[in-house]
Amino acid sequence: MPVLARTLEAAGLSTIMVTPMPCWAEKIGVPRTLAVAFPFGQTLGQPGNPAQQMEVILLALKTLAELDAPGGVVHASAVWPQPVKGAVKDWQPAEASPIVQEMAPQIRSLMRQRRDSMRSRAKPD
Amino acid sequence: MPVDSYTFLPRLIAAFYQMVEVESELPIPWTSLSRPLSESKFGLVTSGGLFHKVSQPPFDLERERAEPTWGDPTYRIIPSSIRQDEIGVSHLHINPCWAESDFNILLPINRFQDLIDQGGIGALAEHHFSFMGYQGYPPDTSSWRELYGPQVASKFLSEGVNCVLLTPS
Repeated sequence: MPVLARTLEAAGLSTIMVTPMPCWAEKIGVPRTLAVAFPFGQTLGQPGNPAQQMEVILLALKTLAELDAPGGVVHASAVWPQPVKGAVKDWQPAEASPIVQEMAPQIRSLMRQRRDSMRSRAKPD
Repeated sequence: MPVDSYTFLPRLIAAFYQMVEVESELPIPWTSLSRPLSESKFGLVTSGGLFHKVSQPPFDLERERAEPTWGDPTYRIIPSSIRQDEIGVSHLHINPCWAESDFNILLPINRFQDLIDQGGIGALAEHHFSFMGYQGYPPDTSSWRELYGPQVASKFLSEGVNCVLLTPS
């Protein structure tokens, strides 16, 4: 999506991207970003909660109007009104995506390597 | 406090995302706001996999299942007049039930119509655009950059749109 924001902006449109993953917006370079600490797939708020959705949208519009240089990121202070553990479970699909299923052994191996590396660094000489 | 991109990610998916390499692209494009928000016309873009299930096919999830390193780069045009019961969500990386129950969490057509009534914005485009966010591994966004993104821009500009809100998913 950062690519789409960049492409639309380059074509002459003023864009604002609302995302729970500001790290990618910052790394790739998005014209204007509002970061929200909301679960994936519920970027603007909970279903059936228009007040919460509007709060995020109004902040996005304010960000769009006020940022005056490319690459700006504003971090929303809104808090997701559900415990993180439950929200993590709820946003995910019923089964892992095909690429995650295919790469799971490789990812787990990488995680083990990182864990072992951290443990060896933590051991006293 | 800055938003932590990894708060809602389980460890396996967080590790997967950390394996995805993305490169900085400079300079970052910039189009100054050409008129006040109250006079601006907005278009909406999401990558939540929304489609008009009455008249459009879903995104090609069968090919993605068969070829997990590939993601459908096409888009679907969503009219401002769409009703909730006409929206489908095809996306293998999120739980589709949330946007299927209220598309405004990704494509806030009704909220922007409220904003027009309140005088907060000038107008809303007749048509909006939905992509499916997974673009393969490693990600290949060349079709978005070279073909579909410019098509969407051209359609928005022909409608007099000057501002776009994007919601990745």
